[in-house]
Amino acid sequence: MNATTPEGLDAHLVVERGAFRIDLRLHVAPGETVALLGPNGAGKTTALRALAGLEALTDGHIALNGAVLDGAACSTVPPEDRRIGVVFQDYLLFPHLTAIDNVAFGPRRRGTGRAEARALASAWLDRVGLAGFGKRRPKQLSGGQAQRVALARALAADPALLLLDEPLAALDARTRLDTRAELHRHLAEHTGPAIVVTHDPVDALMLADRLVVVEDGRAVQEGDAESVTARPRTDYIARLVGLNLYRGKASGTAIRLDSGAVLTAAEALEGEAFAAFPPSAVALYRSEPDGSPRNTWEATVAGVHRHGDHLRVQLDGPLRAAADVTPAAAAQLGLEPGQRIWAAVKATEIRAYPA
Amino acid sequence: MTASNTKPAKRKRQSRRVPAALLAPAVIGLAFLILPLAGLLARTPWAELPARLAEPEMLAALRLSLLTATAATALSLLFGVPIAWLLARGDFPGRSVLRALVTVPLVLPPVVGGVALLLVFGRNGIIGSWLYDRFDITIPFTTTAVILAMTFVSMPFLVVSVEGALRGADLRFEEAAATLGAGRWTVFTHVTLPMVAPGVLAGAVLCWARALGEFGATITFAGNFPGRTQTMPLAVYLALQTDLEAAIVLSLILLAVSVIVLASLRDRWTATP
Repeated sequence: MNATTPEGLDAHLVVERGAFRIDLRLHVAPGETVALLGPNGAGKTTALRALAGLEALTDGHIALNGAVLDGAACSTVPPEDRRIGVVFQDYLLFPHLTAIDNVAFGPRRRGTGRAEARALASAWLDRVGLAGFGKRRPKQLSGGQAQRVALARALAADPALLLLDEPLAALDARTRLDTRAELHRHLAEHTGPAIVVTHDPVDALMLADRLVVVEDGRAVQEGDAESVTARPRTDYIARLVGLNLYRGKASGTAIRLDSGAVLTAAEALEGEAFAAFPPSAVALYRSEPDGSPRNTWEATVAGVHRHGDHLRVQLDGPLRAAADVTPAAAAQLGLEPGQRIWAAVKATEIRAYPA
Repeated sequence: MTASNTKPAKRKRQSRRVPAALLAPAVIGLAFLILPLAGLLARTPWAELPARLAEPEMLAALRLSLLTATAATALSLLFGVPIAWLLARGDFPGRSVLRALVTVPLVLPPVVGGVALLLVFGRNGIIGSWLYDRFDITIPFTTTAVILAMTFVSMPFLVVSVEGALRGADLRFEEAAATLGAGRWTVFTHVTLPMVAPGVLAGAVLCWARALGEFGATITFAGNFPGRTQTMPLAVYLALQTDLEAAIVLSLILLAVSVIVLASLRDRWTATP
């Protein structure tokens, strides 16, 4: 284990429930926001619940600012004593309390007087742009407003660690855009560590300083937005960022893929490697193209569908890939499923990196 | 109107028509439920009503009934809500057996309940003899006995209602409260209880109404002493043997109270919160 400073979060989460198991190491520095990005059922929410103390650890430990909250060496600290704020996916605002009493709930439990807690709650509602909404009940709030009350409620309790579970998933597209920008601002102001769970790469990229990609309960890739999106290591991320991704063995500029096909990249590399290229890098021809050194192969058109202002062509064959073509090019090629076609990708378009 | 316009309207009406095989028994059943009440109203001596209502015995019975039913409801809330919580949230062996035991008074003939209470709290009963020897306290045939008898038969209504509400409550709200620093007791008082309040109120009203109508256990365990243990139902039964009109007036009052309770339950607590 690396010797992190006691500041921030240091956790090794192992939770086993039947056949399902998560095993995740997380280090989050004060002021840093980490996104747990992964498909549904990857164990992201379970990890969050374990951190909050709502799910018991099978093994591992949780330490926050040097204090051990859970682990083999000590008894488990219950959620009410952890000072970990959670913004739940469907907010879970108390329906019997007004917005201001919802926000004041945390401060009241931590021993703040009634009047002072209300003043604090009012200030927080102000900060999230909901001044004047204090007397509303949760069901009188729109989705975006409820989300902001939930955020204010979590922050008003002055949490040492902030957890957000799919904070934007329940919002419609328009509200989502505004709320995301505002949430980003509040996360930047939060001085403690923060973790955002999401299956939306845009949310992850916009809100977090660092991404941890979780699949099947494990971290499969970690890094800042740029490195994760430029060099995906799993099909899930490759699909999210719209790249064709292959794994194989590199020997110089040639990468022999598991399927037997060989790709030629510009840079030389040795050993296990990934090769990735965007669909826009694929050129399609009716007959075998000739010319400069590049990757060409014969493929079958598996499907064509609209993707933005161009068409995305799914190619079957030795190399399954997606290719983007303009509608004009598609018309010229007369693309239809089952058709045989030649595909080409320049070596300079292929990104190769060690696996 | 064109043919195409009438067709959907006709079909709509057809789909709403109740089959005769259901309608006939429904009407007969409704008549059976409503006619006795109508009969009661028809036989009510309206002219003498004010004078009848002002009779001291009548007032005493009404006062005692309201007092004891309310006290029984308070006792049921005090002990029944924790029982409901245990049954809904507790994780211990024999929980289903306990649930069955708690609901026994629902199906037990009230007279049997009265006998059972007498055997426990009577002067020779297990607890009754101890109370008498140690504190010189006698429970049977007192107002306390009325309250205990009512509590015995009516508390299960509250427990069943509150347990149902607790089972339906979303536990994640309690988790949210815990992350905000609320301990288990605070979670119960500040989140769980307010969220199941409609269920608790409905249960309390049912419990109160059942206590108000209690007869069998009361007359067995508490007797029939005017002013002390003679509640409304007991007074009705007694009046029936001597003064039919008094029985009718007493019944009318009980009917009015029941209808008011039912109406308020409908309006306030069965509507969506």
